[in-house]
Amino acid sequence: MSTVGGLEHPIDPLADAPPEGWVAGRSPWALAGHKLVRNRMAMAALAVFLGIVVVSFMGPFYADHVAHTDPFASQLTATTVINGKKVDVLQQGGGVLKLGETPIGPTWQRNYFLGADSQGRDVAARVLYGGRTSLTIGIGSAVICSLLAVIVGMVAGFYGGVTDSIISRGLDVVWAFPVYLLAISIATVLLTQGLTIGPFSISASSLWLPTLIIAVIYVPYVARPVRGAVLSVREKEFIEAAIAQGASNRRLIFNEILPNVITVLIVLLPLMIATTILTESALSYLSIGVQPPNASWGTIINDGQQLLYTRPWVAIAPGIMIVLTVLSLNVYGDGVRDALDPRAKLRVKD
Amino acid sequence: MGGTMVLAWNGIGSSIDPAVDYDQNWTLLNMIYDGLVTWKKVGGSDGNTLVPDLAQQIPQATDGGKTYVFHLRPGIMYSDGTPVKASDFVRAIEREFTVPGPVGSFYQGIVGGDACAKTPKTCDLSKGIVADDSAGTVTFHLTAPDPDFLQKLALPFGYAVPSNTPDKEVGPSNPLPATGPYMIDHYTPNQEILLVRNPKFHEWSKDAQPQGYPDKIDIRLSLTSEAEVTMVEHGQADWMYDQPPSDRLNEIATQYTNQVHLNPVPQVYHMALNTRVAPFDNVKVRQAVNFATDRAAIIKAWGGPQVATPTCQILPPDFPGYVAYCPYTTNPGDGKWHGPDMAKAQQLIAQSGTKGQKVAVICTPDEASKAVCLYFVSLLKQLGYDSSIKVLSAAVEYPYVQDSSNKAQISFSYWYPDYPSGADWFDVVVGCNGFHPNSSASANLSEFCDPTIQKMTEKAIQTSVTDQAAANQMWSQVDKATTDQAPWVSLFLPKHIDFVSSRVGNYIFDPNVLVGGILIDQAWVK
Repeated sequence: MSTVGGLEHPIDPLADAPPEGWVAGRSPWALAGHKLVRNRMAMAALAVFLGIVVVSFMGPFYADHVAHTDPFASQLTATTVINGKKVDVLQQGGGVLKLGETPIGPTWQRNYFLGADSQGRDVAARVLYGGRTSLTIGIGSAVICSLLAVIVGMVAGFYGGVTDSIISRGLDVVWAFPVYLLAISIATVLLTQGLTIGPFSISASSLWLPTLIIAVIYVPYVARPVRGAVLSVREKEFIEAAIAQGASNRRLIFNEILPNVITVLIVLLPLMIATTILTESALSYLSIGVQPPNASWGTIINDGQQLLYTRPWVAIAPGIMIVLTVLSLNVYGDGVRDALDPRAKLRVKD
Repeated sequence: MGGTMVLAWNGIGSSIDPAVDYDQNWTLLNMIYDGLVTWKKVGGSDGNTLVPDLAQQIPQATDGGKTYVFHLRPGIMYSDGTPVKASDFVRAIEREFTVPGPVGSFYQGIVGGDACAKTPKTCDLSKGIVADDSAGTVTFHLTAPDPDFLQKLALPFGYAVPSNTPDKEVGPSNPLPATGPYMIDHYTPNQEILLVRNPKFHEWSKDAQPQGYPDKIDIRLSLTSEAEVTMVEHGQADWMYDQPPSDRLNEIATQYTNQVHLNPVPQVYHMALNTRVAPFDNVKVRQAVNFATDRAAIIKAWGGPQVATPTCQILPPDFPGYVAYCPYTTNPGDGKWHGPDMAKAQQLIAQSGTKGQKVAVICTPDEASKAVCLYFVSLLKQLGYDSSIKVLSAAVEYPYVQDSSNKAQISFSYWYPDYPSGADWFDVVVGCNGFHPNSSASANLSEFCDPTIQKMTEKAIQTSVTDQAAANQMWSQVDKATTDQAPWVSLFLPKHIDFVSSRVGNYIFDPNVLVGGILIDQAWVK
């Protein structure tokens, strides 16, 4: 005889179906998934994010087949047709002096839908390409950061002692620097020469450079909660039982501890992606992230800053995309956190 | 006469010490300090005429062009009441080595100058500059004739400083006493500089140092060019030091037409092609890029045809030796640029066998520089290269591209001659003497050094000691020969935009390097 929920039920291990009145047991993952799916805000946010991803990755299709433009080539002397009339993409100023060349504004048609930037390039096409870059760097750096952080946090938390002290102090040193200052410093140095480690070389214009810089600077922000979770799990009875049964360190790490701390990463990942996208945009805005003529939302805002008076859409459009992306990821991340660990108060802070 | 003129300025340049500042603050320094000679403070090309300032007259060189004797004007005092003495000029030139300043090489030809350059701490120019305070004479002895020596003395590095001025840069808290019509009342870094009338000043030469009109000149600092435009529009400032951003050009040109002044300046904006680094070590590639460059497109990126005109050569118009020359165009022959010749460019690139090589275009993050560099990234891709842009901060970029160890391939730059002489171009910025390997003070960004052209340059310099007209003809030949070797892609000749408030009168544009814009103290405010 066993009791479930205070009620007594006969248990027949040979029965095919549970007896009437039983509630089918679900794994914690299934429960969390169910809870997440029922969170309408989180699902709406996920839909927005996925929508942005899909639209952004359709940038090449839009440029080639809709706008018929090369969003990376200078188009200073290009023309387009509006209402049957051929017009310059960069238009000479008026009055007696005819000073300045103003890019064409939004045409709301297939090409130059959001107008042109000061190089005469199609802003809409660049915003889509920029989204592809920002998302790739944001997701890529968040994933790399998480992998590094898991390794560092697991080693520190599992082995403890001197290993933990050395790793933790190292993380403290990185943590002590304001994150943007650290990123700017590293990027400024690497942008002049690129990065060469042994046989591996990354050119200054490669997207890998901002991806790795952003990944590295955020390692402490993920590694510390991972380490904390490892320290907590390591004291549990099932670990002691595994040790008593002669489990190897490898087995303990990969089979016992990792599955129990992975929720920390799952909760942090959407928030990390939001943070890394923001960081990438900030670095690119400061001209030390993605290098032109490549586009990212940050570089386009930088381009648009010079046109705020006459062509504000150049800066506003990528700004809206960043806001929507970060907002949707944060809302979704909160939903994931509520589903997996409602007591947690995890946040990535700059 | 009277009133306060308010100037809006992004940021004061490197220093207010005339021995240290190079170009950025000369607009102010020339109203505060004086040298033995200067350029005439008038509008138009006459502004490049050398006139005596603290000297009574411009001396003729003696001893085969190696000696100059200046007689000081009597009774001139600094703003603190100290009389200006002959020995003050020894101190001024010595400080260029001891502080040190940026152009010690300009004065290395003075006897003792070489030793000062080698060991600045023990710099002693007493044999090269003999000062007699009682007689009021300053005698310069040169090791060899230098036809541009007087021009070099007219630069702020030669301004008189009291003989007790220290061998270190003078900062905002203790500016040097003035000789000119204005002196620094106070300087709060990043906020304000206030110039007030120098009570000891009297006008000794209207050409050299005329009395100013405003009683005070208030310079507001740390403003963006956007903010400067708005201040001038609203009458909160009378002149903006920086060029208006391209986003506001149409606005000021259409709404404030009478307050906008456009004037050509003797600058040449160009892409420096490193003649010692592939692919630009191949003259065919350099010529190909010159042929392919659509200067009209670049001018569009710069602000339109009203603010710049295309050029193909090294020398700017109205410069000694200038003869219009443009081989890199469709329909060449009349010296003008008519359009890019892409077919010719592609033919030369094919002959060079350099297609597919990596090329990094270097520029600063400012809008105009980046716009031009992006154009070249596109163009080089079109020509078959794997091109990319390398944006370096303004503080890093210029030292970086000067240092040959960085192997910078192509960079956006401009040259504003220090003085109106061909030597300042062909012996400095595209001459063998301007290239200093592995140094971040090497003005010859192209690292161009052609022995034949260098001989022509030296001959022109020697000729100009005795026959300026013949020398000018030689500079014209040097210009052609250098342009043919294409160390640069000369792009355009800019026009300077002065945007003044509605209360400013007597606007005079002086193209000389000391001013390069409005003669501030000759304008009045209503």
